[in-house]
Amino acid sequence: AMDTDLSSQDRKDLDKFIKFFALKTVQVIVQARLGEKICTRSSSSPTGSDWFNLAIKDIPEVTHEAKKALAGQLPAVGRSMCVEISLKTSEGDSMELEIWCLEMNEKCDKEIKVSYTVYNRLSLLLKSLLAITRVTPAYRLSRKQGHEYVILYRIYFGEVQLSGLGEGFQTVRVGTVGTPVGTITLSCAYRINLAFMSTRQFERTPPIMGIIIDHFVDRPYPSSSPMHPCNYRAGEDNGAVYPSVEDSQEVCTTSFSTSPPSQCVFTVTKAHFQTPPPVVTDTLKVPVMGLAFSHQLSSSRLSYQPAALGVGSADMGYPVLFAGGLNAAHPHQLMGPGKEGGVAPIPSQPAHGTQADQERMCTPLDGVHYSAATPSSSEDTETVSNSSEGKCGSPHDLLETIFIRKVGAFVNKPINQVTMANLDIPFAMFAPKNVELEDNDPMVNPPDSPETESPLQGSLHSEGSSGSSTGNTHDDFVMIDFKPAFSKDDILPMDLGTFYREFQNPPQLSSLSIDIGAQSMAEDLDSLPEKLAVHEKNVKEFDAFVETLQ
Amino acid sequence: PRRTLCCAPPRAAPAMNCRAEVLEVSVEGRQVEEAMLAVLHTVLLHRSTGKFHYKKEGTYSIGTVGTQDVDCDFIDFAYVRVSSEELDRALRKAVGEFKDALRGSGSDGMGQISLEFYQKKKSRWPFSDECIPWELWTIKVNVVNLANEQERQICREKVGEKLCEKIINIVEVMNRHEYLPKMPTQSEVDNVFDTSLKDVQPYLYKISYQITDSLGTSVTTTMRRLIKDTLAL
Repeated sequence: AMDTDLSSQDRKDLDKFIKFFALKTVQVIVQARLGEKICTRSSSSPTGSDWFNLAIKDIPEVTHEAKKALAGQLPAVGRSMCVEISLKTSEGDSMELEIWCLEMNEKCDKEIKVSYTVYNRLSLLLKSLLAITRVTPAYRLSRKQGHEYVILYRIYFGEVQLSGLGEGFQTVRVGTVGTPVGTITLSCAYRINLAFMSTRQFERTPPIMGIIIDHFVDRPYPSSSPMHPCNYRAGEDNGAVYPSVEDSQEVCTTSFSTSPPSQCVFTVTKAHFQTPPPVVTDTLKVPVMGLAFSHQLSSSRLSYQPAALGVGSADMGYPVLFAGGLNAAHPHQLMGPGKEGGVAPIPSQPAHGTQADQERMCTPLDGVHYSAATPSSSEDTETVSNSSEGKCGSPHDLLETIFIRKVGAFVNKPINQVTMANLDIPFAMFAPKNVELEDNDPMVNPPDSPETESPLQGSLHSEGSSGSSTGNTHDDFVMIDFKPAFSKDDILPMDLGTFYREFQNPPQLSSLSIDIGAQSMAEDLDSLPEKLAVHEKNVKEFDAFVETLQ
Repeated sequence: PRRTLCCAPPRAAPAMNCRAEVLEVSVEGRQVEEAMLAVLHTVLLHRSTGKFHYKKEGTYSIGTVGTQDVDCDFIDFAYVRVSSEELDRALRKAVGEFKDALRGSGSDGMGQISLEFYQKKKSRWPFSDECIPWELWTIKVNVVNLANEQERQICREKVGEKLCEKIINIVEVMNRHEYLPKMPTQSEVDNVFDTSLKDVQPYLYKISYQITDSLGTSVTTTMRRLIKDTLAL
């Protein structure tokens, strides 16, 4: 009947809602598999760019991938949008873990109000998605990634393919929303047969390199410190990377009406390109693997900004995180020259012949891509490259700065400050390094040891009353000036050796010396009656306390 | 003893059309708080909107709700909550009281905490406003005591898995799109929503709890039963 047909305005709005719902769905899923805790801020004033009244960041690469997959279409019957989450080990084995499906079926709800009910229900569905993405098995796997495996995503549009999930996969429904053109359903099929890699296997192996959560960082929780301004510098050479960015600037300004539907006001405006797009700020850390550390560890601001790597095609503007192969098998991981240490390994150049298919960060199956972490407030431009250029030059320049580095736990220095000498890892001196430095390696060419007893023995003698003939040796002794595990020199400016030497001769406890002991005993006895009187006064409190223990 | 934790006028039993959901969990003592917060926050995530800003005649805009991940320390589990410190504080206070009561005298470790969403209906003088519940979530808790580290480790994982199931259950209920209060006009907003928080706007809610009194069974029997229940998790 005519009156139940969708008005053209409603139809336009509905299409827009579905499109942005699909984009936000992808963002939520991918962000939930980055391996990091997500935190966004509530804002009492509508900002106009928060679709569905939810603060969900837009990682540019992810939006780009999603739009590419959708190619201007919308989910419809038989045409579903799928986000495939898979796991890839450092040896190259991969396994599909989950398929998230956004589907449309034919069941229409003609009566439903588009700009009001559908919108709110889509918002509710996104909240459900936020919740459900944390309860499937892949979540815990993804939180532990970085050591032996990475988590990758792939978006495709069309028919749902569940065959890669193995036998007996399970399905969880996130929710459905009826619309006048069909019912949107969102669900997840996930593998339960993790035969060759159980979560336990990865849980028990302590990572010797990986993501460091710096407990000393002041985390910007939503309601406390103000967020840094979005730092999208329009006009930089990064702007060329995504020509389609412009239409992602569509701003959703919604007004709702409590009056009868005929007075519903709903406006969607297309913002000008110069409006900064929502870039990922706040606590979305750059998950980093092995060979590089994001400077985010000391400033938990992260703004995603296409780094101008200037390497060949514009596609290389975004270093690929989670590039497979952390260990010696792929030694030539390049360090992206992000500013202020926002580096991530980018895959080998085609010249190396390895992982050539990863050179385009937009290639599907590459995993989670996003641009180099570039803190918005960064002033200093530290670069990885030892060359004098401030920015990254050609790929070949980068190649010169390659070094194999296994960085240890709790390292928090930006990679570009790292040199052999001040590498804050255990046994830094033992890490493989450039040949020239070997000559300076004290372990290879140990310093001249003292003539007397072994240096180790010398250091263990105290200089105090116990006396030692090797007291002098103790001072001359410098075994290795290395930084042992768990020592951070920005907290306590000394290493374990120094610490040990400084504190190995504490003064005697006064209560242990006999004559003082006798004195204090007498004093104690004298003060006993006083103390008893005080306790008597507080007897009620003690009783109450004892009561609570019953 | 029943304790009501939010100031609200006393009310009658839940109305006939009040949706009621019950969840049950068996947890170790130190897991009570995190398990309760996980469930309550998940429900409130779905039952909170951004702040309403009423504009000209009958229209309003809605603020933005942020979210954040929370990792549990005593359970292998993580959940998402609304980014609102005020709301988190309110829930933690309620859950803290519940936990203390569970540990208190007369309890054998069983109790339940309820989260009720209600609407206020203004009544004419001399009658006070009515609170009409439209959704009631009850979480029944059974506190178990474990003997050794190995059992505790199993409990961490098992409770984590159970909570995953609870989250899925909650989402299923939310997805039914059953009755929700009509969006209020400006004059009515405080009858439907809690507008006292500065960054988000949950539906009006109240939390209450009940501790089950010991049934008089001997301590040894109770302990044995609880341990058996844990192993049967």
